[in-house]
Amino acid sequence: MSYEEVILDHWRHPRNKGRLPSPDASAVEANPLCGDVVRLELALRDGRVEDVRFDGEGCAISQAAASLLTEMIKGKTVEEARGLKDEDMLGALGNVVKTRLSCALLPLRALRKALGLGS
Amino acid sequence: MLNVRGDFPILSRMVNGHPLVYLDSAATAHKPVAVVEAERDFYVRAYANVRRGVYLLAAEATELYEAARAKVARFVGARPEEIVFTRGTTEALNLVAWGLGETRVRPRDELLVTEMEHHANLLPWQELARRRGAQLLAARITSQGELDLGDFQSKLSSRTRVVSVVHVSNVLGTINPVQEIAQWAHEVGAVVVVDAAQSVPHMPVDVGELGADLLAFSGHKMLGPTGIGVLWGRAELLAEMPPWLTGGEMIREAWIDRAVWADPPARFEGGTPPIAQAVALGSAVDYLQGIGMDRVHSHGQGLTAQALEGLRARPYVTVYGPPDPSRRGALVAFNLQGIHPHDVATLLDQEGIAIRAGHHCTQPLHRRLGIPASCRASFYLYNTPEEVEQLLAALDRVKETLG
Repeated sequence: MSYEEVILDHWRHPRNKGRLPSPDASAVEANPLCGDVVRLELALRDGRVEDVRFDGEGCAISQAAASLLTEMIKGKTVEEARGLKDEDMLGALGNVVKTRLSCALLPLRALRKALGLGS
Repeated sequence: MLNVRGDFPILSRMVNGHPLVYLDSAATAHKPVAVVEAERDFYVRAYANVRRGVYLLAAEATELYEAARAKVARFVGARPEEIVFTRGTTEALNLVAWGLGETRVRPRDELLVTEMEHHANLLPWQELARRRGAQLLAARITSQGELDLGDFQSKLSSRTRVVSVVHVSNVLGTINPVQEIAQWAHEVGAVVVVDAAQSVPHMPVDVGELGADLLAFSGHKMLGPTGIGVLWGRAELLAEMPPWLTGGEMIREAWIDRAVWADPPARFEGGTPPIAQAVALGSAVDYLQGIGMDRVHSHGQGLTAQALEGLRARPYVTVYGPPDPSRRGALVAFNLQGIHPHDVATLLDQEGIAIRAGHHCTQPLHRRLGIPASCRASFYLYNTPEEVEQLLAALDRVKETLG
């Protein structure tokens, strides 16, 4: 019985957790059915994600995915962040059972919303 | 303890490399071979549409369909003409909310439910209130997860037209005192509706003793097929309600511009009913009666007591609902400190243990408890004390993994 090591690691030691003083872009996404909530805040400079924070509550998969996502996009161009696909997120998380895909993809939906894309 | 596992083939399948431990019978129950065979036999030997055919096969199918109705009626101490086959509890409650709404509910009238209702016994009344300009009230629950009877009585008034309560809560497990509730409600002239989806499958229920006016339950939670449920209603109440589904086989006479409804129960069974499902439900009733509902009940209570004791012994677990197992149905909802129920359910699934995680179609109740979701283990006649121990031991491992 366990989750992928990457999920356990980010769940136990979340990266970039907290708030930015004055974010250039932000979004909150929630799964109303299970109560998972993720807030993503971005500081953008010269077309790049200069800094990022997440905040939220919910299951280990959604919160670990949010933490992991902040690492995936920090320092990347906004275009690269916009181009992230579901498969990129799921690939980075390792093995996510199909009953939990909506948890795993919640932070990515928040990112797309923050960057002005439809979720 | 009962020993019936051999009758349920699915219980010997493997899940994620482990034998299945199915603890979600409050959502739906597995089927014994006898029920599956009854449905198959009906299709193979006697299938035809009911009530309308002149030929022998149609007569046999009709007899079997009506025999199933009689079995269900006896099972809950009712008369066959008071038993309406529906698609499930949800449809039965919608049918009632529609029918009573037409005959009894006017603007500023009141409808009374409780905070612990399943959405199936909440939303139909919400819709009725909206449609008729009536007001929907909900009696509170106590900190023990029981109905606050004082609050219930204070919300009951001469304006109350309908009281609709869950018999056994699908989250708290609470057994509500329907007899008392019915007595109080009748004193103010209200009609009493009971959501019996979690009680009829698990304990002896006699509609005469309960004293309610209408009562709904589902086939699939009591070893029967999906797609069939039951509404019991006092004959005079069924007789006053208009149908909510109109069409074939529910009229006495029809013209281009009007129709005269058939008597109940046919009035409420428009269209071709779930015939094979009814026949199989009759077989499920036979199966349960063969074991005896008293034994089914005490088996479930034994497992629930064991689960409650084990959960309470774990300081990282919060249990919801009454502490006394004799005041509960065969289920227990709980949370592990700091761990989301979906994580609990996913990790248990890796060991073949199936529990429910979420809000169990009771969002207002979860809001009242101050939690977004909960875990729920529910038991039936095929579960064993060993399975309860497996659950408890697995929860310790979940705690180790994510705690």
